[in-house]
Amino acid sequence: MRVFSRANALHLGLIALLALLFFLLPAYHTGNLARIMVLAVFAMGYNLLFGYTGLLSLGHALFFSAGMYGLGLTMHLGGASPAPAFLAGLIVALIVSGIVGFLALRTTGVAFMIVTLMFAQAGYLTVLYFGSYTRGDEGFVIQQARRSLLGIDLSDDTNRYFAALILFAAALLITGAIVRSGFGRTLVAIRENEQRATMLGYDVHRLKLIAVILSGVLSGASGAAYALLFGYAGATFATVQYSIFPLLWVLLGGAGTTIGPLIGAIFMFYLIDYASGLTNAYLLLVGVVLVALTLFAPQGIVGTIRARWIRWLP
Amino acid sequence: MSLLFTRNLTKAYAGVTANEDINFDLPKGQTRALIGPNGAGKSTFVGMVSGRIPATAGTITFGGEDISALPAHQRIAKGIAYTFQITSVFGGLSVAENVALAARRSLGAAAPAKVAEVLDQVGLTDRADQTARDLSYGHQRILEIGMGLAQNPRLFILDEPTQGLAEAEIDAFKALIRGLDPETTILLIEHNMSVVMDLAEAITVLDQGRILAEGTSEDVRANRAVQAAYLGTEHA
Amino acid sequence: MDFGPHLILAILEGAVTAATLALTAMGLSIVFGVMRVVNVAHGEFYMLGAVFAWWIATIIGNHPALGFVAALLVAPLVVGAMAAAADRLILHRIDYDPERTIVATIGLLYIIQQGTLMSFGPDARPVQPPFNSRIALPWPEWTDGVFAWAFPWGFGTTTYKLFIIAAAAAILVALWLLMTRTKAGLIMRATQQDAEMARAFGIPVTRVYALVFGLGAGLAAMGAVLIVPVQQAHYLMGGDPLLLSFIVVIIGGLGSLPGTVIAALLIGMSDGIISVFFSPTLAKIIATLAVAMVLVFRPQGLLGKKN
Repeated sequence: MRVFSRANALHLGLIALLALLFFLLPAYHTGNLARIMVLAVFAMGYNLLFGYTGLLSLGHALFFSAGMYGLGLTMHLGGASPAPAFLAGLIVALIVSGIVGFLALRTTGVAFMIVTLMFAQAGYLTVLYFGSYTRGDEGFVIQQARRSLLGIDLSDDTNRYFAALILFAAALLITGAIVRSGFGRTLVAIRENEQRATMLGYDVHRLKLIAVILSGVLSGASGAAYALLFGYAGATFATVQYSIFPLLWVLLGGAGTTIGPLIGAIFMFYLIDYASGLTNAYLLLVGVVLVALTLFAPQGIVGTIRARWIRWLP
Repeated sequence: MSLLFTRNLTKAYAGVTANEDINFDLPKGQTRALIGPNGAGKSTFVGMVSGRIPATAGTITFGGEDISALPAHQRIAKGIAYTFQITSVFGGLSVAENVALAARRSLGAAAPAKVAEVLDQVGLTDRADQTARDLSYGHQRILEIGMGLAQNPRLFILDEPTQGLAEAEIDAFKALIRGLDPETTILLIEHNMSVVMDLAEAITVLDQGRILAEGTSEDVRANRAVQAAYLGTEHA
Repeated sequence: MDFGPHLILAILEGAVTAATLALTAMGLSIVFGVMRVVNVAHGEFYMLGAVFAWWIATIIGNHPALGFVAALLVAPLVVGAMAAAADRLILHRIDYDPERTIVATIGLLYIIQQGTLMSFGPDARPVQPPFNSRIALPWPEWTDGVFAWAFPWGFGTTTYKLFIIAAAAAILVALWLLMTRTKAGLIMRATQQDAEMARAFGIPVTRVYALVFGLGAGLAAMGAVLIVPVQQAHYLMGGDPLLLSFIVVIIGGLGSLPGTVIAALLIGMSDGIISVFFSPTLAKIIATLAVAMVLVFRPQGLLGKKN
């Protein structure tokens, strides 16, 4: 009989805690938390590529917005219902990440960062170019009446929160399983010493491509869910800012840890929330946090906890 | 029967030919030492065999199959283990995980048993949880050899495995290699003549990119050309 | 205006863009060439050049020529000093690790940009050029079989714009002389080749890095000071130059001055010319994808060497 592992206990415990928090927190915070959980899925997707495989992409906004517009446009223009639209979002993200992976993985290091940045930038400009369909920076709203799944109205606060939680839980358990599997450990090996991994017989290029696609699909799922649950799609989500944010969340929370992305997303959300109250230049705080992280805490919150005290953290 | 053979294997850089027309045969089950002065092209040769370095010309056949066009990871997957001249392990991971990664590719779920076996074989069981980069250099080298063993290789290529090791560690290394399954074919680049004489069933001497001599250790010792090329380099 | 004059005008405007772009991109190229780091905040140093130019011109008041000269001399020095400080305080401490440097410079980007927003404000503010007269340009025309020179309305340029081109060219020549003919340039190139060896020869590599980083930022600031009388200073004006500089450096090959200049001419001109035929957005899409493809298929750039 398999021992109930500590990692599983941690993940399920966290999910249970998040469910409980809905009943304990006021509506303002549960609304925030719903948003944070969806964005945490984006961060988890990014973490898979950056934290575990060691590839720093500066273009993940492309995958997020691929999912967002995949769902958004099929609902807004095609009149589709949420379920097939969500699937469309995932498929678009899958195709886009496959193409980007195929091309970008021919480069490494700094070149990889620039290539992914360029692809994402081209994606943003394309959204603007087809503004007659996408409404560009202004974006479009997906009406409340259309956003109901299996008869459940997703714009209602309770339903929205638990839909976000279900998505987050699925993503957490899936990434948890991936990183503890042989495949996941090989990704870490690639991060640690790619040449050695090759000389142990691993097809590093193929494995990296799979990692890019998994990362892209998770990010796309987050984008699609964001459009569905919050009823809006806009070009802002395709800008470079949304490529920087997942990097920031993952770095702050702890790259290469399963719960780090959520922690980083929570922290950053409330930090910006607080700062916006003081000044409209709240992104200054983002800058300061980034610099502080690289100087003093490159392992992030959960990463530092794992290194110093709790070694078994997944 | 040759497990590995090369024909006309050549590596030319602009202006410099590191390996010229190497015709090399390695019978199955043999322990062969590849020796030669510095710059003779030994590491280049095994680099080409393993696929790390692209050959300029020539063919490589392993287990009856032409592997000349295969990328490195596919050649390794066919049963070649390779240790680097400068030790290359997963520094940030534990000793056990290093060996597990080597074993997992071919053994999958059966890997943990193999890991325990290998750690015991190389004497690193009590260091299993240590982070690899915290090990002494000698132990890191032993770990790398362990990783090779975990792959159950048909051909084991070792590039200067005893370099930087202390006397006792070298003895342990010799015992380890002697204790391996006699079916294992070993290709060993070495400068340490005592290791060569103790372990090698046959020796190939490279000099300036060409095979200078080949044969048993007595043949090679007596060979005048080898003596000329190697004068004064014999050391313990 | 007919197509012909329209195209020539696009080329002239493109030359102005290319001039300042060459300076800005050269700054990025030197930093990457010598220090092997990508400075994502490069565009913000450019912006600071424009902002300081406005500030200095405003302090000096009613003498636009004096204000401009002061700005051209002082702003790059101040921006360069700030950059050198950032190098010492941040980049040096993280040991110029490529990944951490990118993240740190992204942070620096936000700090500089938002800090400017807080102090300078969100508005675009103009700076007076030191001189500015219109030059009408002639265009050949045939009327009833008779050849004559006409001056189509709107077809012309200004003396200041021509000055930008001349000034940029002069600065680039001076930079080239610095890199190839002086001891300072030799030290920079030695450090670029092999930092360890340079250190062994007694070159204070840490100080060289700080100076090079400062020089890179200063060049960008110079480009901005030259263009600000034409464009206006705005806290977000660093974004496009950053992207374009990247494109230029990648296509022209890193650390190569002739490569950077040629690529800047290419990009500066094409940006203007393509916009004549296609929408600016489509032009940018093509340019962005072209850069990505160059990196994917020819990582050493068009003129760089394979290493």
